[in-house]
Amino acid sequence: MSETQTLWWASESFWKKMAVWITAGSAVVLIFLTFDTVNQITAGGKRVPPYSVINNRIDYVFDEKRNYQVPVIGPEEPLFGKVLNEAEAMALVSRGKLTTQAKNCMNCHTLLGNGAYYAPDLTKSWLDPMWGSKETREETMVAFLMDPTDKLHNTIGRRMPNLGITEEEARATVAFLKWMSAIDTNGFPGNFPTIDQSDPAPAPESVSAPTETPAL
Amino acid sequence: MAALGTLDSANLNGGQKLAVKFFTVAIALFGAQVLFGMLAGIQYLNPDFLFGVLDFSVNRMLHINAMVVWLLFGFIGAVYWLLEDESGTPVAGLGLGNLMFWVFTLAVVVVVLVYLLVQVGPGELKSIWLINEGREYIEAPRWADIGIVVCVLIFFYNVAATFMKGRFTGIGGVLVLDLVALAGLYLAGMWYTPNISMDQHWWWWVIHLWVEATWEVLVGCLLAYGLVKTMGVRRRIVETWLYIEVALLFGSGILGLGHHYFWIGTPEYWLAIGGFFSALEPIPLVAMVVHAVFDAGHHKLKSSNNPALAWMIAQAFGNFFGAGVWGFMHTLPQINLYTHGTQWTASHGHLAFFGAYATIVIAFVYLAVQKWRGNVWMSGDMAGGWKWKWAIFLLHAGMIGMTMALLVTGYEQSQVERAIGGSSWIAYFEAQAHVWFVQGMNWRMVSGWMFATGFVLLAWDLMTIGKRETRPARSVEVPAAAMA
Ligand code: HEC
Ligand code: HEM
Ligand code: HEM
Ligand SMILES: [Fe+2]
Repeated sequence: MSETQTLWWASESFWKKMAVWITAGSAVVLIFLTFDTVNQITAGGKRVPPYSVINNRIDYVFDEKRNYQVPVIGPEEPLFGKVLNEAEAMALVSRGKLTTQAKNCMNCHTLLGNGAYYAPDLTKSWLDPMWGSKETREETMVAFLMDPTDKLHNTIGRRMPNLGITEEEARATVAFLKWMSAIDTNGFPGNFPTIDQSDPAPAPESVSAPTETPAL
Repeated sequence: MAALGTLDSANLNGGQKLAVKFFTVAIALFGAQVLFGMLAGIQYLNPDFLFGVLDFSVNRMLHINAMVVWLLFGFIGAVYWLLEDESGTPVAGLGLGNLMFWVFTLAVVVVVLVYLLVQVGPGELKSIWLINEGREYIEAPRWADIGIVVCVLIFFYNVAATFMKGRFTGIGGVLVLDLVALAGLYLAGMWYTPNISMDQHWWWWVIHLWVEATWEVLVGCLLAYGLVKTMGVRRRIVETWLYIEVALLFGSGILGLGHHYFWIGTPEYWLAIGGFFSALEPIPLVAMVVHAVFDAGHHKLKSSNNPALAWMIAQAFGNFFGAGVWGFMHTLPQINLYTHGTQWTASHGHLAFFGAYATIVIAFVYLAVQKWRGNVWMSGDMAGGWKWKWAIFLLHAGMIGMTMALLVTGYEQSQVERAIGGSSWIAYFEAQAHVWFVQGMNWRMVSGWMFATGFVLLAWDLMTIGKRETRPARSVEVPAAAMA
């Protein structure tokens, strides 16, 4: 290769300048977008609900305009029957979040689709039909988290181990899962079949139909 | 000086003496990574294996943490390796660097013991400070985070002060700036928030902006140095390429971060920005292949260290396929909606980390053992030369086998669990029980055994290659311009 002439677009100094300017430009755009994003994903912001959302029913419903499912905040349905203010709700959810970190849930499960692939995604676990009915869901979840080893729900024998979760931690974890299910995730997971949360229709006469509950 | 072919640290300069310590720990941790990966893989097929003793979560955490740490040790070692050569002066503050090595290694040992013996803690902040943070790849407890930051600052001081004292080459300049970014990004992952969206938002700053921006540039620097060293490629060519790579890597990779912001609560504009910029990310990787292959061809594959050159070529292709092709395949949101968080991701993660980063560290360890033994011959017809060839073959066959097996399971999972079943609990297990999935997991294990055999051979080869070799290394002509 000739030493004497280098075309400008192949020269070292041209690319050095390009490297600096492109990097700086991209970084500036990223920082600008980050301010807006952080604003929108703060709890109580446009995309992430306040912690006190756990006082309400949460559903995940198809939206015609956006063309995918979005979280819908419904009527008051307080978790464990107790209405909490924002600070109390935040403390509870935070305790649940700490439990998920200290017990390393993300090295078996995915949360918002990130983590490990050995167990189901927990993004919408709160809405999973496997919990049976909405009346028993909370207690079923707590019981499962505290002692999952003898509660197998699949044909391949893959169990969740006992992680030494206390009742208080389990309740907080359920609060965290409920809160997480209300985050607007742009329709992930798609086509998620949700647990029936409609209010029971007024009982027709005296004959009460036996409700079907999957064995948990 | 000891006879040619014996390991003798008198053959090394100060920085290189420190480098080989880092390399030794790196290879040991690579072994740990393989071990825990195998255990986790077995649990997919036999869930009762070690259940309640070493659960999947523990094995997996050790698997990926061993990986992050051995690659970081490999990178730090590689930088100390080239530092005196590149700057033309002894390492500034080497004693501090040595101390840092021992502190860092001790911290890693303590963290691993706690992972193994304590495993989990109560749901309180103190567990995050003392046991583990429960956040993929950066699980190390907070006390260790702080230790790592201090260690990295010392490392940075060594590097920057040495270049300042000696000469600042193009490679040196890029390296120093890149290390500032690399270390700074780690801070983004060091704080607690109850908000999982916020948590993952910043977590990706560490993970993505490391592996798809700062680590890539670091490897670009290492590769540039390696090509000059093993083949005598002219410095001006290498450095021009390096600037091109920086421009393209940062130009696509920084905003490519958006491909992790599709589904975690972040705004909708990331669907377009992330999709677009991440789709450009393969371009610099093509440039890197062209560069390496062009140089290798230009110099007729005549190198002073054949194993190192082979691993550098493997890096160029591994990076291109693992990151470029496998990454591109699932980076558009329309596809990622179904592949997100499936074995698809694992397929990509394996080929990319191995292809882009494990390879280059191994290349540098080969450069190191050569000089450690007095700069012995490592070109053609070495005694026991079959070992490095079989090692590189088995490691690649094993890795490609695992990648393909996981790809098949990933397709099946995307279809059965995500697209058809809507990702519910039942749908998840329908997909896991599917015959394609189970077969894929079996093939992953077969390939895993192949990989593990390759690792044993590699370790053996690194300990023995060049032993009792009496010929000095082939000299590559380094033209004057290359030294300037
Ligand atoms: C060692 C792996 C492992 C760890 C760690 C783990 N899980 Fe699980 N988890 C499983 C498995 C396997 C299942 C499926 C059990 C079944 O089908 O019977 C499961 C099921 C669940 C379910 C029901 C699944 C669904 O779709 O709703 C929830 C909720 C859950 N785990 C929460 C957690 C939480 C919270 C943590 C952390 C505190 C955690 N898990 C830690 C393996 C794990
Ligand atoms: C014997 C060889 C190996 C086996 C059997 C193995 C097995 C595994 C298993 C079972 C997981 C967990 C996946 C899940 O969550 O479901 C995993 C994750 C991972 N492994 Fe390996 N592994 C091996 C080698 C490697 C190597 C050499 C690398 C890279 C250098 C690597 C990088 C990773 C990464 C990055 C993850 C996380 C992937 C993700 O979250 O998408 N592994 N591995
Ligand atoms: C050497 C460079 C790269 C490495 C080491 C790497 C590694 C990884 C790993 C380990 C993950 C899984 C993270 C997790 O555990 O959640 C991941 C995810 C991902 N990577 Fe890469 N990657 C690289 C480059 C690329 C490139 C160039 C692209 C795109 C062109 C890409 C696209 C993606 C996407 C879209 C995901 C998200 C997967 C999901 O939704 O689950 N990667 N990468
Ligand atoms: Fe990425």
